[in-house]
Amino acid sequence: MQNYSVYASRLIPKREPFAPGHRACIGCGEALAVRLACKALPQNVIIANATGCMEVVSSQFPMTAWRMPWIHTLFENTAAVASGVESALKVMARKGVRPDTGTKVVAMAGDGGTSDIGIQALSGALERGHDFLYICFDNEAYMNTGIQRSSATPFGASTTTSPAGKMSIGQKTWKKNVPAIAAAHDIPYVATASHSYPFDLMAKVAKGVAMPGPAYIHIHSVCPTGWRSAPDLSVRLGRLAVQTGVFPLYEIENGRYKLSMELPEMKPVQDYLKLQGRFRHLTEDTIREIQQRVVEEYEKIKEKAQ
Amino acid sequence: MTTDRAHLEGEFFMSGDEACAEGAISAGCRFFAGYPITPATEIAERMSDRLPEVGGTYIQMEDELASMAAVLGASWGGVKAMTATSGPGFSLMMENIGLGLMMETPCVVANVQRAGPSTGLPTLVAQGDMMQARWGSHGHYSIIALSPSSPQEVYDHAIKAFNLSERFRLPVLVMTDGAVGHMYEKVVIQPRDKVHIVPRRKPKVPPGEYRPYEPDADLVPPMANSGEGYRFHVTGLTHDERGYPAMDAEAQDKLIRRLVEKVEKYSEEIIEMEEDGIDGAGVVICAYGITARVSLIAMERARSEGISVGMLRLVTVWPFPQKRIAEIARQVKAFVVPEINYGQISLEVERSAGGAAKTILVPHMGGAVHDPQVILEAIRQAAK
Repeated sequence: MQNYSVYASRLIPKREPFAPGHRACIGCGEALAVRLACKALPQNVIIANATGCMEVVSSQFPMTAWRMPWIHTLFENTAAVASGVESALKVMARKGVRPDTGTKVVAMAGDGGTSDIGIQALSGALERGHDFLYICFDNEAYMNTGIQRSSATPFGASTTTSPAGKMSIGQKTWKKNVPAIAAAHDIPYVATASHSYPFDLMAKVAKGVAMPGPAYIHIHSVCPTGWRSAPDLSVRLGRLAVQTGVFPLYEIENGRYKLSMELPEMKPVQDYLKLQGRFRHLTEDTIREIQQRVVEEYEKIKEKAQ
Repeated sequence: MTTDRAHLEGEFFMSGDEACAEGAISAGCRFFAGYPITPATEIAERMSDRLPEVGGTYIQMEDELASMAAVLGASWGGVKAMTATSGPGFSLMMENIGLGLMMETPCVVANVQRAGPSTGLPTLVAQGDMMQARWGSHGHYSIIALSPSSPQEVYDHAIKAFNLSERFRLPVLVMTDGAVGHMYEKVVIQPRDKVHIVPRRKPKVPPGEYRPYEPDADLVPPMANSGEGYRFHVTGLTHDERGYPAMDAEAQDKLIRRLVEKVEKYSEEIIEMEEDGIDGAGVVICAYGITARVSLIAMERARSEGISVGMLRLVTVWPFPQKRIAEIARQVKAFVVPEINYGQISLEVERSAGGAAKTILVPHMGGAVHDPQVILEAIRQAAK
């Protein structure tokens, strides 16, 4: 992608497959990410959506925000349901029951539904090699049930089940690297994206869905409610996550890493952390520890991308 | 008020979920493994906050399968352990609850029921998991399930559940619901010396003579914890008294009979119920949990109309008080059974009544509690 810093709304398709009027919180980065991803999908698509914020805010009876076929699955089984849909389409085409219309199958889930309870179903689907795209919208905790930690919650973040206090600095573990887990299945396409880089996000979704075989895209999604950040800062926070190296954007195409955006100068993580209430308790020592880890992780990816 | 953080004596304004966590801590629970799910999340949140300060461990697991399994592991490690969930998570726990029953593992599971099946109504009340509590895991077994109807009772039941689980060595279920779980009321926590706590029954024989599944006279075997020098072998397979797999019909017969009878034999001791004006009543309301409280209004209105109506509130739901219901059935015209499902406990009432009295189900599909007027209509009809 070129011209990362350009945001020209005219260049974005006007089509709104994810309709406005849903009940997401003000400043919801995930709703923005879903909206952009849907614009990049072909018209002929079936969505399997896990339980989570997006399911709840977009589908309150009798209304729906989805202008495409949409299945709400359980919490743990999105990739398995998508496997079933994809296999059925294939079988029906083979038997001549239904013509092969090139319908694409897309699974969508949050970080809890992907990195915790749903990882078994995801791994199974990637291993079996279904032709589908799995998108994880990662807002770094269980926001739907009220901000409980997930394995994608970053180190040091305070949540309602990793509360910061005298005995705890908040989340004690480092964020689980789900893109690397997906890549370990040797699938054709893995990418990370951010709603704050819309063209990059849409290009990756378009590429992932067109790719034969399984594709996995991990989209960092700012959650002002859960991160205790100002709703008008969501886009800026998404950018800061990338610019500080906290969430690097890259692609893994047939095993080859490629950085989507190189960072000649990484901004200090402090710039990103200080805008969020979930990190307000962190001491300078902990922030230094986070800074060091971020640089190390970024260097690892950079090395793989060379 | 005391400064004892492991037992918060005093009067509190608490939700049912918070009371559940406090009851568990008072009972000596020092391990919680769980997974967020509405309307049970507050139990996990309270535990994540409270357990570290009393030297306990809170772990958020990757799903409910792992949560229940971790609880079993912790119990075998020698710690009183629990988890809390709601319908979808309860379904996922079923296999591991069966494992807990087979391995005779003391632990507590709180199910804050919401309307199902499936995702259903995540934030709203139901009592639809009562039969799943009884029969949800495969195979035949006995289970103990309690049904609290107020935050105070959730607190008391959490303690009671731990005591029963240690006494009978099995997972005990606290079947609360979304209304009671999220309801705030006064909860009184008695001084520590007034709270009865049942400790784990440890082997009295030296390690060399210990047979981990050799029961005492009451059919319950003493339990050594791992690391105490006793050799044991724990398995989900059918096993003999040494704990070793025994793959034949005789061993299965011996084991399953004991697992069922260790509860059934003491059912009179386990079963707790509350009766109000049953003697001389023509109609008896049989209710549990939040529905028992809603039924009180209907009962008052019926009484003011001159209908003689009594109430049997089930505090323990499993094992089921079939003997008492059979007795009452011989004295009354009919039972009115309001429940937030399409008829589960009403079937047990009907079975226990054995045709001696009619059973009138007042179902509610969930998402709200009954309108007392609907229960009143059923009482009027029953009294005719």
